[in-house]
Amino acid sequence: MDKYSLPLKIFLYLSITVFFIFILLPFVEMFYASLRPLKHIFRSPYQFYSDDLSFWAYREMWNTVPLLGRYIFNSFFMAITVTFFTLLFVIPAAYSYARFNFPFKQGSLWVLLAVNMFSGAVLLIPLFKLLRYFDLLNTYFAMIVPGIAFCIPTSIWLLKAYFEKIPVELEEAAYCDGASRMDILFRIIAPLSTPGIAVTAIYAFIQAYAQQFLFAITFNSIREYMPIVSGLTEFIGYQSVKWNEMMAASIVGVFPVLIVFIFLQKYIVEGLTAGAVKN
Amino acid sequence: MKKNKLNSYNSQYFLAYILIAPAVIYLLCIVGWPLIETFRLSFTNSSIAGEDYVGFENYEKLLSSSKFSKIAIRTFVWTFFSVLLKLIIGMIGAVLLNASLRGRSFFRILVLPPWVVPIAIGALGWMWVYNGHFGILSGIGIRLGILDGPFSFLAYKNSAFIATMVTDIWVGVPFVTLFFLAGMQAIPRDLYEAAYCDGAGRFSRWYHITLPQLTPVIITMSLISAVSTFVSFDIIYILTEGGPRGATTTLIIDTYKMALGNYKFGKGSARAVMIVIMISTFAIAYFYLLSRINKKVSHG
Repeated sequence: MDKYSLPLKIFLYLSITVFFIFILLPFVEMFYASLRPLKHIFRSPYQFYSDDLSFWAYREMWNTVPLLGRYIFNSFFMAITVTFFTLLFVIPAAYSYARFNFPFKQGSLWVLLAVNMFSGAVLLIPLFKLLRYFDLLNTYFAMIVPGIAFCIPTSIWLLKAYFEKIPVELEEAAYCDGASRMDILFRIIAPLSTPGIAVTAIYAFIQAYAQQFLFAITFNSIREYMPIVSGLTEFIGYQSVKWNEMMAASIVGVFPVLIVFIFLQKYIVEGLTAGAVKN
Repeated sequence: MKKNKLNSYNSQYFLAYILIAPAVIYLLCIVGWPLIETFRLSFTNSSIAGEDYVGFENYEKLLSSSKFSKIAIRTFVWTFFSVLLKLIIGMIGAVLLNASLRGRSFFRILVLPPWVVPIAIGALGWMWVYNGHFGILSGIGIRLGILDGPFSFLAYKNSAFIATMVTDIWVGVPFVTLFFLAGMQAIPRDLYEAAYCDGAGRFSRWYHITLPQLTPVIITMSLISAVSTFVSFDIIYILTEGGPRGATTTLIIDTYKMALGNYKFGKGSARAVMIVIMISTFAIAYFYLLSRINKKVSHG
């Protein structure tokens, strides 16, 4: 095929640069703001460079908001718990969808997609009542219980596609040899589908981490249980807003997720897009 | 004999249902019941104090208020342009990341952060970008002489409307790019080679091969984006809380404020039901259209 001419190449790289300025702009701005001393941050007009940038805010933020470490821990703890329970629900369900034919199979798969459409925000009122009835408001569960529900549908679709790739003959052979259903699930399917389960877990984790904001501001008002996304508001004090520390804390809060994701992105991207592209 | 064995292997309804039961029961409790309860509450004047049945009063008030229709129209406009631009920018992004250039695999990772990072935190970054005194946009504008002074993008009706939309587009673009890219990679190469031998240029190859081959992915992505954009909450709530003077209040923000800001569960539920009806209508119309397109394709 034809090669890129030099002007075309330059044009492509320029376009890519513009594209990434858009994608990365808020992150760069956040990072930049986190490096500035508080006094400098409110200096107007905007300065593109100055020589008093420092990582001071990254140290000071732990003093300004003493519970910051707790918030980051909460975010992780809740996201991991949601992921764990999501997998518990999703692995058998996805296996069932991949292997069996039963009445309402296709219909119920579409209903699962529909669940995705009604994001949490639409159902907040009854969820609020439900959680209040079970006395779960202002606990970790207030954010975990609805979190699991909204991770289930997509996770089932994802994992089902993986299970379908495992040849059914393997299972039939084991079945003929007298292995029980449970043996097959745990001895044959589980080891073979580890990559698929890992992708599903990462997907669920990212979604659980991302959706905490809405549930946290609605169902929880206790500081000790706050996730990082709502804990950040604590940098807004009575006297002043410590913007630089707030930005530093945001960056620290998302950094671990970003690192995990970057290492595993290949599998996630393949797993997520495989189903959609095929259909 | 073997046939029998296979049949018995694949036809155990009972086991199949047992395996999906936990997930289904959980969803019925956390999504199914709340959905029905929302419908029921929408016919009451439920609040913290208690509730009474009021019939269609909530709906009558809602549908006759000009404020609500204004909010609905605003939501549609916001969603339409946001989705359209997500698709266009996503397509440009996918074409760029699909070009065989040095650094391609790096670029493909670099596009993902807006999707991975919690929306609430991304929105915080944009809040700073839009800041009039300390934000980079205003800073550049002043340097270039486009603005004659600090301009707070979130403080004026039109600019806030566009600013929240831009942030929503930013959140959605990586996802769209990713799926378009995966779709492009699934297109057989010989199609392009044949077209190249026939003398088709780059644009013509994109227009006559890539675009038609991608149509199913484009349709899927437009549905997914439209639904998630329609009920996009975090961005607007963090950037403007629906202001200034209601200029960025969409249906979901209005619902949230009514229900959990004022604790008027009945009125809030009526609004939530309207959202459910709108999304469902949209999705059904969409699937109807899709099945007609599929029929046409398979017959033609």
